[in-house]
Amino acid sequence: MSYHVNEKGYYGQFGGAFIPEMLYPNVEELRQNYLKVMAEPDFKKEFDQLLKDYVGRPTPLYFAKRMSKKYNTNIYLKREDLCHTGAHKINNTIGQILMAKRLKKTRIIAETGAGQHGVATATVCALAGLECIVYMGEIDIARQAPNVARMKMLGAEVRPALSGSRTLKDATNEAIRDWINNPIDTHYIIGSAVGPHPYPDMVARFQSVVSEEIKWQLKEVEGRENPDYVVACVGGGSNAAGAYYHYLNEPDVKLIAVEAAGKGIYTGESAATSVLGKEGVIHGSKTLLMQTNDGQITEPYSISAGLDYPGVGPMHAHLYETKRAEFISVTDDEAMIAGLELSQLEGIIPAIETSHALAIFEDKKFKPEDVVVISLSGRGDKDLNTYIDYFKL
Amino acid sequence: MNRIQAKLQEDKKLLSIYFTAGYPSLNDTLTTIENLEKNGVDMIEIGLPFSDPLADGPTIQVSSTQALHNGMTSNVLFDQLKDIRKTVSIPLILMGYFNPMLQYGVEEFCKKCQDVGIDGLIIPDLPVEVYHEEYQTIFERYGLLNIFLITPQTSEKRIRYMDSISKGFIYTVSSASTTGSQSGFGKNQTDYFKRIADLKLVNPQIIGFGISDHETFSQATQHAKGAIIGSAFIKHVTKHGVNNLKKFTDIILKK
Repeated sequence: MSYHVNEKGYYGQFGGAFIPEMLYPNVEELRQNYLKVMAEPDFKKEFDQLLKDYVGRPTPLYFAKRMSKKYNTNIYLKREDLCHTGAHKINNTIGQILMAKRLKKTRIIAETGAGQHGVATATVCALAGLECIVYMGEIDIARQAPNVARMKMLGAEVRPALSGSRTLKDATNEAIRDWINNPIDTHYIIGSAVGPHPYPDMVARFQSVVSEEIKWQLKEVEGRENPDYVVACVGGGSNAAGAYYHYLNEPDVKLIAVEAAGKGIYTGESAATSVLGKEGVIHGSKTLLMQTNDGQITEPYSISAGLDYPGVGPMHAHLYETKRAEFISVTDDEAMIAGLELSQLEGIIPAIETSHALAIFEDKKFKPEDVVVISLSGRGDKDLNTYIDYFKL
Repeated sequence: MNRIQAKLQEDKKLLSIYFTAGYPSLNDTLTTIENLEKNGVDMIEIGLPFSDPLADGPTIQVSSTQALHNGMTSNVLFDQLKDIRKTVSIPLILMGYFNPMLQYGVEEFCKKCQDVGIDGLIIPDLPVEVYHEEYQTIFERYGLLNIFLITPQTSEKRIRYMDSISKGFIYTVSSASTTGSQSGFGKNQTDYFKRIADLKLVNPQIIGFGISDHETFSQATQHAKGAIIGSAFIKHVTKHGVNNLKKFTDIILKK
């Protein structure tokens, strides 16, 4: 079985492009060109060069000594938090801005939840000299003020999404509506491994540099390319897609996806899509999503704005359905404690999204000889206010 | 013959109205339909509200949110419509996004549509290819026409493909936009309407998006069989309710 997308844009039964006809020409243009463009030598050269000189890749694969000792196993942290702009998101935006330029687009739109993808998009638009409009839920604008200011400094316009729950889902709706209204000159940089085909595959490919590096880095220190486990948090799923990518078809590498249980899976305030979701269509793809029996999409909840999404990318839905990946849910409280613990054990303050992935060690036990790689997807600067409120710092 | 097909054969320009079921109040659905027919409307699109209507502008979004808040669901709508064919004879089309239909079960949904007397469906986020490969036989088993949307960016090849599997009309979206975002048609749009008319498609065209008054209705129907009004009608019922719709239809038809 392959865990990659097939030629029709599906991962098993998930994926596809369930889009209004108004979006068809845009998405079709991308579908016909993305693999071709990505294979061009000058595209690859420019992409690799920017990842190296601008993003700061390769990011370190760091052996977390004290954490490993505490949990009696071997824990490596893939330091995406050290990327320029503070998270893995920029790997994808660099790729997509180069793609947009080759498709002769002059206007860029994006959605953002926590603001990390918005900042990463505003950054590459500044780099490329392109107009940038970022849609962000009104609620997220209020709770992520520093990132809003960063986007503005970078020259982007931040437009509030005022509909629905006024969070990531609604920001995505607004970005899609913008694209419908601007079909010729605009490229939509989706930040997660969601959306109509080819987005989930394109985003996964741009993020795949993460697992490509893990392979050779682990070979250097452990003498083998394959860890026993790769662990990543999953909202829409872009950092997990990158960390898993080159291991998807390596059955000896176990994949762990960590979702946000919010205040508890069954409290009605959760974003644990694998448990609470059913097959459905959201933002252009068939995937697992949280919804009512009547097919209305429900409002998710997580303390982390980046995991506060009612769906999961189609690749991950397939990994769940086929049991290729183990899905674990972590509550707000467990994540916050794990974030504090990493700060004090290793001197690294993680993003709250990432803290979810770090929280599995209380319950999930590993063998002393296991090698566990965790995708440290982002740093916690943006979450300082949440940490301050939570721990009364 | 399906009621839509029969209507399309009439020698007149057709006025079709979209409204959101369960809006402004949950039980306004029937009154709206009956009053529209009474006031000379030729065809009705009943909007099944969805939480995340991607192709819709603010007016229809707000009406959808309110309708859901009022308690509208697929089952409530089917229940409201169960005796509709005792009083209403014009074609009724259900317009909704794919996910609620998928949760209902596509076949079960189609069966329910047939039971209450729905004649066709418009599902903006169900692409023509997926319909063709997976659902066409089901729709047709229950006598439902599926209506496809085209836009100024849709290629001729693709329009002809839709025309070849369509059995009702082609829904010509007037411009690259979400619903309710235009006012008045420029030369670009009338050229586009003419270009589509000149393709001499098997299926007649009905133009939607951006029709809000007598002028835009006339412009649109100059090159098409009819026109659909949505957001402007929603604005009307938001302000005036559903009991007196004559005021609205008279303005459009200039009576």
